[in-house]
Amino acid sequence: MSDTLSKIEKRTAYILLLPAVILVFSIILFPIFANVWISFKEVGLKDIRIPEPRAKKIVKSIKDSSDEIKIIYKLRNSSLILDIRDVKFQDKTPKNVEPLNLDERCQFKSNIINCNFGNWKAKYKENFQIILKNKEGKKINKKEIKSIKPKLSGKSDNILLNTNFTFKNFKKVFFQNEFFDLLMTTFYYTFFGTIGSIVFGILAAQLVNQKFFGRTFMRSILLFPYVGPVVALAYTWELLLDPYSGTLNNLLFNFQVIQEPLNLLGQKYLTINFFGFDLKLRLALTTVIIFEIWRYFPLAFLFILARLQAIPKELYEAADVDGAGPVQKFSSITLPQITAVISILFMIRFIWNFNKFEDIFLLTGGASGTRTLPINVYEQGFTISDIGMGSAVSIVIVLLLLIFMFIYFRLLGRRADEN
Amino acid sequence: MKIKSLILYCLISSIFLFSLVSIWKVLSTLQGIELRNFNFVIIITLGIAISLINLIIGDKFNRALKSIIFAILFTFVDGYLVQLMPIWYNIGIFGILIFYSFKIDKYNQKNLDLDHSSQTVLFEFLTLFGIVLFSFVILFPFYMMIVTSFKTQAALLINPLDFSINFAQDIKDLFKSYFVIFDTYKFGRYILISTFVSVGTVIITLIFAIPAAYAVARLNFFGKNFLSTSILIIYMFPAIVLVIPLYTVFSQLGLRNNVGGLLIVYTATTLPVAIYMLQGYFKSIPKELEEAAIMDKLNWFGIIIKIILPLSIPAISSVALYVFMIAWNEFLFSLMFLDNPNSFTLSRAIQYLSGDAETPRQYLMAGSVVVTIPVLFIFVYFEKYLVSGLTAGSVKG
Repeated sequence: MSDTLSKIEKRTAYILLLPAVILVFSIILFPIFANVWISFKEVGLKDIRIPEPRAKKIVKSIKDSSDEIKIIYKLRNSSLILDIRDVKFQDKTPKNVEPLNLDERCQFKSNIINCNFGNWKAKYKENFQIILKNKEGKKINKKEIKSIKPKLSGKSDNILLNTNFTFKNFKKVFFQNEFFDLLMTTFYYTFFGTIGSIVFGILAAQLVNQKFFGRTFMRSILLFPYVGPVVALAYTWELLLDPYSGTLNNLLFNFQVIQEPLNLLGQKYLTINFFGFDLKLRLALTTVIIFEIWRYFPLAFLFILARLQAIPKELYEAADVDGAGPVQKFSSITLPQITAVISILFMIRFIWNFNKFEDIFLLTGGASGTRTLPINVYEQGFTISDIGMGSAVSIVIVLLLLIFMFIYFRLLGRRADEN
Repeated sequence: MKIKSLILYCLISSIFLFSLVSIWKVLSTLQGIELRNFNFVIIITLGIAISLINLIIGDKFNRALKSIIFAILFTFVDGYLVQLMPIWYNIGIFGILIFYSFKIDKYNQKNLDLDHSSQTVLFEFLTLFGIVLFSFVILFPFYMMIVTSFKTQAALLINPLDFSINFAQDIKDLFKSYFVIFDTYKFGRYILISTFVSVGTVIITLIFAIPAAYAVARLNFFGKNFLSTSILIIYMFPAIVLVIPLYTVFSQLGLRNNVGGLLIVYTATTLPVAIYMLQGYFKSIPKELEEAAIMDKLNWFGIIIKIILPLSIPAISSVALYVFMIAWNEFLFSLMFLDNPNSFTLSRAIQYLSGDAETPRQYLMAGSVVVTIPVLFIFVYFEKYLVSGLTAGSVKG
């Protein structure tokens, strides 16, 4: 009895899960595997369109004979690269009409013209002509003929499905793509963005954890950058930071802080003289990191605040009795209580920042030294139009991600063991 | 009195005052007032003087009277002796000084003598400082977004720092950018598409996620642990690695430039969070209710509809709002899949608008306001639900 019950339970569970699992599998897991496949192929953006046989129908009347009409089909292979095999053509004619001197590739039967054009090479073009004659010598209606569209079909290879593989893409990724530079930029962006958002998250949480007028209001405001749409926020920042018409530069200029406009998003390096040493700061990258911190510290803030509010008040009261000052209270009570949250946040944010695409794309488009790996995927795939390369870069990202996740789950597991 | 605490108190309170005044000056400059200097030395000196006088007077004076005297003194020096300023600027300065003197009022010679007094002073002022600075840094871009949308290109060329809004002008001129984006750039249509996609995503996600979450939360089946971990791992996977294969497949299937294609992708990417959030909540519903229902010979469909759904309205609405916001804000897939202006979402439309260097920035900002307002409104209005959703869902972008 219980056996059948558990069987029913299992079956129900699978039925309930199936739709979600199928959807997630086909949209998320399948593409990840498809990336592996594509990354070993030489595929450009234009190759992915399936070649189609096309025909443009032009109808012309013939002088002096109103019962005859000429139809020209402009036939072509839509692909510049691939052949089409076994092209079939079909068009209907009005009643009481028959073709004169029909091409030998075609047959006419019960008002239908059927043709077998065989193989079309890439870029194939032909002007194919048919003359129709009304059997009863009446005038042929031009519009009626025009309104009928011919049907074409053919077989072709899908470049994605053949089995020609190559290592070219990976060679290019590692040796012709300034790979080391890309990796370093990505790590700078990820690391400093993560650290910055956590530090500001702690500061903000400390603030809001105290009692003051307008505290709940403050909490909502702090989350605005996180919930607002990227597009709107990035463009607002871009306008603020513009070297000529931007408000920030104009303000700094107005208050005589700077003499020359600062191109915060368009300048790769800023040389700072620091005690006689010339330090080179990656200016655009720093700006992009600051935007990232601005946008994502709210998440850290929210997590840390939740943790802070769970710390028992007695701990602080006891510290007061012992005569501990604010610094001591923070370092010996607050900090140990939030380290667990911080380490989880660090890993989560690290993984997510590593994959951030929109923010940089909208602010700089990857120019001036802000090209990270995700930006490179887009550039390779859609700017240079090399789908294979784009996939190869994606694979590199996925592999690095798997390593991070492995570390993350190991740490998480160890923490669970300790508790 | 400890000399260290005294110096710290004077310095940090005057720096705090300086930052308040400076923010006010920046905001005033953006209203078209000619201000060229923060007058660092003068303000700091005044601040130190006021803090010292406050210490010396102590509690002998009425608190309100003291504040007003400080405020009038400061406003007179800053707004009259140093530079001649319009009255509304001075009213602002007056308000800042009242606030400031209320804040320093609680310090007197006694409490600067206590243990850790220097640390306490530092912490208290840093808190105030933090509140002011954080609010300014966060709200400033939003403020600029709104005021820019009401200006014209010509006005900004004459004075790039004058963002004052002329309310005296005709409503049509005032909201010109908004009229233009709705008339010329078809933003009405984009709002409809964005709403349709977001609401559609919410509905489909819930239809898929509720049964799945119920199965994960309640039923025993082979591979359950594996599935729960996979949900988390899949959630961590970024959209950017899915883009190329989805693009190729969608191109070949004719799903590009098609709102349906977006719906599928958005649903799939939000499903893992939705399942994760819902199953956590379903687990907290007492099992006895379902056991009673099984006795009544209800099948799983009945159980979900009649018992689980009514009990988890708060969780479901939180998931719904959260998914709505993700779908509304989404950019990458709409960039990839839509290149026909007839099927743009709002985010994609704004990006398209910015691609044309000729587009005046007030139109861009008006568009940004249009896409931002609904999300912020939903967020503020339903904040309670959403905050719990954010912490549970935890790792969105």
